[in-house]
Amino acid sequence: MSEPKKVQGDLVLSHVTKSFADFTAVDDLSLTIPQGSFFALLGPSGCGKTTTLRMIAGLEEPTSGKISIGDTDITFTKPYDRPVNTVFQSYALFPHLTIFENVAFGLRRRGIKDVDEAVEKVLGLVELSHLKNRKPGQLSGGQQQRIALARAVVNRPALLLLDEPLGALDLKLRRQMQIELKWIQTEVGITFVHVTHDQEEAMTMADTVAVMNNGKIEQLGSPVDLYENPKTVFVANFLGQSNFIDGVVESTDGSTVIANIHGTRITFPKSRNNASGSALKIGIRPEKFRLHDPGDNTHGNVLNGGKITDISFTGVSTQYLVEMPWKQELVVFEQNDGGAPDLEKGDPVTLSWEPQFTFALDGSSK
Amino acid sequence: MAIAHAGASDAPKAPEKKSKKFAYLLLAPGLLWLLIFFAFPLINLAETSTKTPAPTFETGEFVQTFRFMNFLEAFLDNQEQFYRSFFYALLATLLALAIAYPLAYAMAFRAGAWKNFLLILVIAPFFTSFLLRTLAWKQILGAEGPVVSALQTVGLMAPEGTITATAFSVIMGLTYNFLPFMTLPIYASLDRIDYRLLEASGDLYANGATTFRKVTLPLSMPGVVAGTLLTFIPASGDYINAQLLGNPDNYMIGNVINSRFFRVVDYPTAASLSFLLMASILVIVVIYIRRAGTDELV
Repeated sequence: MSEPKKVQGDLVLSHVTKSFADFTAVDDLSLTIPQGSFFALLGPSGCGKTTTLRMIAGLEEPTSGKISIGDTDITFTKPYDRPVNTVFQSYALFPHLTIFENVAFGLRRRGIKDVDEAVEKVLGLVELSHLKNRKPGQLSGGQQQRIALARAVVNRPALLLLDEPLGALDLKLRRQMQIELKWIQTEVGITFVHVTHDQEEAMTMADTVAVMNNGKIEQLGSPVDLYENPKTVFVANFLGQSNFIDGVVESTDGSTVIANIHGTRITFPKSRNNASGSALKIGIRPEKFRLHDPGDNTHGNVLNGGKITDISFTGVSTQYLVEMPWKQELVVFEQNDGGAPDLEKGDPVTLSWEPQFTFALDGSSK
Repeated sequence: MAIAHAGASDAPKAPEKKSKKFAYLLLAPGLLWLLIFFAFPLINLAETSTKTPAPTFETGEFVQTFRFMNFLEAFLDNQEQFYRSFFYALLATLLALAIAYPLAYAMAFRAGAWKNFLLILVIAPFFTSFLLRTLAWKQILGAEGPVVSALQTVGLMAPEGTITATAFSVIMGLTYNFLPFMTLPIYASLDRIDYRLLEASGDLYANGATTFRKVTLPLSMPGVVAGTLLTFIPASGDYINAQLLGNPDNYMIGNVINSRFFRVVDYPTAASLSFLLMASILVIVVIYIRRAGTDELV
């Protein structure tokens, strides 16, 4: 029955650690999530993202560290006393209550007598007003998902947490809900913290994505940033696919790095060199490569002597496997727009790509 | 080709037919059992209930006269035991609920690794007979027993006081004997509650007490309703506890039926009382289920 204080501001996690018996789920995590943003915690299962979310919700207590919203320390505040609501992965709708009462639950607990208007409004937002007298068991998965969202949003929390909220939906519905969630977030202006293992989902919806691995944040940035300039091999492979070719820095000419890969000289902007030493892992996304017949005009960086070993048609694009003279197979995506030459298995090819699409990591990074 | 086609169109129907037949087959032993051991005796009992003593006045000889006044007379002569039965059964049910709910709650949510051990403890009394356990209580609470002598030693009880042969010991016996029937269904329904619902409630500003009132308790109501019925119904018809732990002033309707059948050999009255007991339990149960609104609690 307690009315949480009006808490506003950025969510700040500082040096938060959560250890279970013999394993550290979250390891000295520091993070600031700006008020009003759509933030995604992305990572494989077991990376600590759900534990982080549960600590923000108050369902777990950190072993050490501090969590605050604005100036208010909420590290040890009980879940029912913090201005945070959660959309649970399983939805966790109350089976004994109607949809209306499910949505009104939080408002009633805070002693708000007249809930009709707020509930009707939020049910309108998720377009399910006509189902308000049903029980959760009578709703489809997608409808339950929206009610779970409405039940949280109606409380106008400072922070809304979403724990893999679309995980149980089929692909088509998931796409639709991604767009809807993003729209609702813009509409209500609440900070959304979204936990997911689906990189596409994170990139579609979030303003900022934090990629987590082994209880730590690997990299944090906008979806474009993370995709185009990943700082670790893990991030490069978790968000989309990447080719990595070993190389060595030859020289730096102003803002351009000149590197040697297996005897071929290539260049890329210095701003995209994330390596500290001269040994490099040079990353190129499969769709950045262009395929040419040997001897054709090319520009940018060029690698000669490739041979097609496999072709698979995937609809929008065709995926080629190209074996290079140093016996490494590179993945290449070509749009099916007639731009690429007609190629068959066994054909010799030349690869090219624009220098600015290169990203270089430490040669030793994994 | 034609044959193959016919075979294909028949194929989806065949399993349905078969599964229906199979369902009847599964039901058959139970139905047969009920028919022989429940329906036939019930008809026999109904027939006996409207009989009157044979003109020869020979003990145990009765003739069918369709005398429905038997019911009214049986009721009027034994009103007191009727009311007492339901009163004792109600008190025993409430006591059992008060003991069983916290126990079941602890087992479901707090027991951790001890869960199965506690479950075995709850079921353990079934390993010995109902009669034997009640006799044991008669010993324990009896005038020579440890409880009375202990209470008398510390002066909490008059030297001539007793615990057995009182309403207290009868109700206590009923409570004890039917406690597992209350505990198990409540435990089952609490154990089934998704823990995430309780987390969701906390997330939505409900503290522990409110979460219990608004989520846990409503979701456990099917267990409470089942448990109270499984306790109240057999307790209202019970006569062992009143006979062993009470005195004739504590006799319940079961004791009257027992003595009418086996001692007085007044079959029609015993049969009428049995029917009245069944009917009143049925009425009480129907009202109770309506009020508890079990269909709302799915």
